[in-house]
Amino acid sequence: MTASAPADVPAGVGEPAPAAAASRLRPAGVRAGRGRAGSARRTRRTRPADLLGLAPFAAYVAVFLGAPAYAVITAAFKDDSGNATLANVTTTLKDPYRHAFFVSIELSVLSAVLGAVLGLALAIAVSGAKRDGFVHRAVTTASGVLAYFGGLPLAFVFLATLGPQGLVTKWLNSAGYNLTQHGFVLWNMAGLVLVYLYFQIPLMLLVIFPALDGLRPQWEEAARSLGASRWQYWLRVGGPLLAPPFLGALLLLFANAFAAYATAYALSTGSVPLVPIQIGSVMSGNVLAGQENIGNALGLWMIVVVGLVVVAYTLLQRRTARWLR
Amino acid sequence: MTALISDSPAVQSPATAGPGRTQRRRPRAGRAVLLLLFAAYFFIPLYAAVDFTLGGSRRNMGHTLSVWTGLVHQEGFTTNLMTSLKIAGGTVLLLLVLMVPTMAWLHLRLPHLRRVVEGVCLLPMAIPAVVIANGILGAFKSWPQAITGSSWILILEYVILALPFTYRSLDAGLSAIPLTTMVEAARSLGASWPTTLWRVVVPNIRTSVASAGILGAALALGEFTIANLLLLNTFPIWTDQAGQQDGEVATTASMLILFLSWLLLMLVSQLGRGRAGKKSPKLRRNK
Amino acid sequence: MNRRLTGIAATAVVLALSATACSSSKSSTSASSGSKAAAGSSAKDAGKATTAADLGGMDALVAAAKKEGTLNVIALPKTWANYGAIMDAFTAKYGIKINDANPDGSSQDELNAIKQLQGKSSAPDVVDVGQAAATAGAAAGQFAPYQVATWSQIADAQKDSQGLWYNDYGGYIAIGYDADKVKNPPTTLKSLDDPQYKSQVALNGDPTKANAALSGVLAASLANGGSLDNAQPGIDFFGKMKSEGIFVPVAATQATIQSGTTPITIDWDYLQASAATDLKAKGINWKVVVPSDGLFGGFYNQAISATAPHPAAARLWEEFLYSADGQNLWLKGMARPAELSALQKAGTADAAALAALPAVTGTPQFATQDQMTAASKLVVAGWAKATG
Repeated sequence: MTASAPADVPAGVGEPAPAAAASRLRPAGVRAGRGRAGSARRTRRTRPADLLGLAPFAAYVAVFLGAPAYAVITAAFKDDSGNATLANVTTTLKDPYRHAFFVSIELSVLSAVLGAVLGLALAIAVSGAKRDGFVHRAVTTASGVLAYFGGLPLAFVFLATLGPQGLVTKWLNSAGYNLTQHGFVLWNMAGLVLVYLYFQIPLMLLVIFPALDGLRPQWEEAARSLGASRWQYWLRVGGPLLAPPFLGALLLLFANAFAAYATAYALSTGSVPLVPIQIGSVMSGNVLAGQENIGNALGLWMIVVVGLVVVAYTLLQRRTARWLR
Repeated sequence: MTALISDSPAVQSPATAGPGRTQRRRPRAGRAVLLLLFAAYFFIPLYAAVDFTLGGSRRNMGHTLSVWTGLVHQEGFTTNLMTSLKIAGGTVLLLLVLMVPTMAWLHLRLPHLRRVVEGVCLLPMAIPAVVIANGILGAFKSWPQAITGSSWILILEYVILALPFTYRSLDAGLSAIPLTTMVEAARSLGASWPTTLWRVVVPNIRTSVASAGILGAALALGEFTIANLLLLNTFPIWTDQAGQQDGEVATTASMLILFLSWLLLMLVSQLGRGRAGKKSPKLRRNK
Repeated sequence: MNRRLTGIAATAVVLALSATACSSSKSSTSASSGSKAAAGSSAKDAGKATTAADLGGMDALVAAAKKEGTLNVIALPKTWANYGAIMDAFTAKYGIKINDANPDGSSQDELNAIKQLQGKSSAPDVVDVGQAAATAGAAAGQFAPYQVATWSQIADAQKDSQGLWYNDYGGYIAIGYDADKVKNPPTTLKSLDDPQYKSQVALNGDPTKANAALSGVLAASLANGGSLDNAQPGIDFFGKMKSEGIFVPVAATQATIQSGTTPITIDWDYLQASAATDLKAKGINWKVVVPSDGLFGGFYNQAISATAPHPAAARLWEEFLYSADGQNLWLKGMARPAELSALQKAGTADAAALAALPAVTGTPQFATQDQMTAASKLVVAGWAKATG
């Protein structure tokens, strides 16, 4: 019975007696980083047997992710006949590929940051609704579905709305406001960011909800009772607690936009140079033939870029998460 | 100070509720406006698409439901839909069975390896689908046809594709609960590892597991590139092919899968709610 | 107790999934193993045959193909140059089932499939690819040499001397337009550069990826003082139209035409013509005009895979395509078959289909593979800059 109780029950249950009083003082969910029990736990070494617990995951990933990734990386260093060469890798460091990387990164950063901020705002707005209530569940499930709504259908949906003959374009025209005259089109950076938000915001929502759930309402009430304003609560308590998962979600959104392909292709067909589109042209096109290894080299560079961002994120995380540990 | 932070009745006194009440009225209006704007952004494009599928841009006739009603009779619609649903189910099952215990173990015993696992889990997102698909073809050339030529390879690979947000979701959920404490409590009361996992950890990370499952299912129902390059037949493939000849059919099929997935997931979340809902709604409003 | 039930349920689900998943796979293993066993003896012979005579004549070829019973094709949309009718006619005539994989695939996808699926029963037997892929595949040894019975009727410039690939059908770059939305229809490519066509002109894809789009750029180049060796004027022309807002970089599809987003498109004439038939049902009056100033033609190519799982069926397919029946079926799809002049001379060309072809004025130009490669290099380097 006690085993399945929710986490709101004070954390002191079952702990050794000396630490019980100390941990009951802290709100449930915040680990007793500096308490006696915490440090006692910290000094225990990782037993090699513990690593076995990761074995299924490691094996699965090694086979189903490692093998294809290895195939891609080795192919990047081969030419058509299979001989080792650096030519593909060096070619992809120059224009037009280099320019495409900058544009891809720009689009990914813009859509990730906007998506993260707007997604968080929406998540907070919706989290006020009752847990497990209809609104909450409807928004969560709709987000799940929309997070993967991309490619040609999404492009078409936006063309039907904001394209030259789109529904909203026509509404605005009849109200006297001409979109194209004001420089708005769907196939430049601004337009693509707007379209990308359609799946970035739901993804952010879905990923940040569990973290928001971890913010106990008691903490906000406690802060209030101590005289903090809503703003101060977010600045001092909610914000720092949310920072690690927020950054993680930001990284996810960046990688998501970075690798997205079909939507941008359908809308801009290469007039906005993006790396995935270039990969598609070499690996799955009708014009260039026998150049798939350039595609693999581009894939290799994409892995490098995301790898760098992950490293930066890790370093950043160590600082922000210090408060929690 | 200690008394105020604890979950004691003092927090709920009228003194603290007072300033809170007046402060909440302004944000409520702002919240409504925000939700309205978001609703507009998400629903107007869908409306425009549905209008198109109802024949809104046909020149010779008015609105008609014929594309929708005729969709089920389109050749290959039901078989491919069933295939995709099965793939989705398999993906979610395999994903959760693999990741929930792994993540729990990671948080429990190997917290310093979290970043490493996170990096690994993020890798699938960095590689575009075209590149992964070619990688798959190259790496598994010698595997039996029964796996690489059937839906099985898709299930196995979609789990990989779902890793990034599954990790993120489960990580957030597991970070927010006193995992070590709960597990030690359960173990000290005599529960075995599987029981602990299933009856202690999972109910407390329900939101995360649900999120991960939902995204996994949505991914499986909408993924196109890998299935296409492996020459397999799934619903998104069928939609694209049908759409080459008829734009209305394509858009209708996309809208249908959107609504269908959403309904399906609502159903699943309703079932999940029914199970746990009876247990502890009162305990949440802790006094 | 709970755990056990869940475990049993999970196992049951997995078993059910595996049973149904295996049955829904693309190639049913029983059928293919059967055909493999039957073709075992003749497979070696058929795989090495370079003409029908090698197998002992057409009848022997037909018999061997029927024994194989299946043909794997790839990237053949049913509405592309009448392939739907062609595949149906082949199956009706010989009783050989056709597996049509990845209808929207590109030429590179076809080459990849030959390479990656080698040895599997779902590997493609024959391919229909653009010139770049034909040359690349031949160089990589992916094709088997074969000369159809009507080999002499294909012009030398339109086939590989060793028989590794051969032109099958082609067409000219044409402008398609929605007659109801476009009041003053364009007749030449240069006339598209007019403010009255604002936000209306589109290609069917990215010129670095889509063959028709690259050909459109070359056609525009011809119309603007360039040549087959210099595609830059074409790139600049589209760049100019983009900056004026006339050219929209949206990938034109049936859906975008129907919704009015792309009322004017540049594509192969046979694809425009089949789109016109489809769009008529939606009440859209789609017209096709082959421009007189940028008259650019292009052919696709047939090739047989060197590692075809059904070599006899593959060769029979080629014989069928290059017979009068096959060629006329392409003609009915508004594509110009490679042996058209020979058919016209022999009087076996389908007169009605011939008359329905869009009118062409002027001498069309066809690019060599080197010229196409040079053009693609220019486009890869400069398209985004010009139209960005």
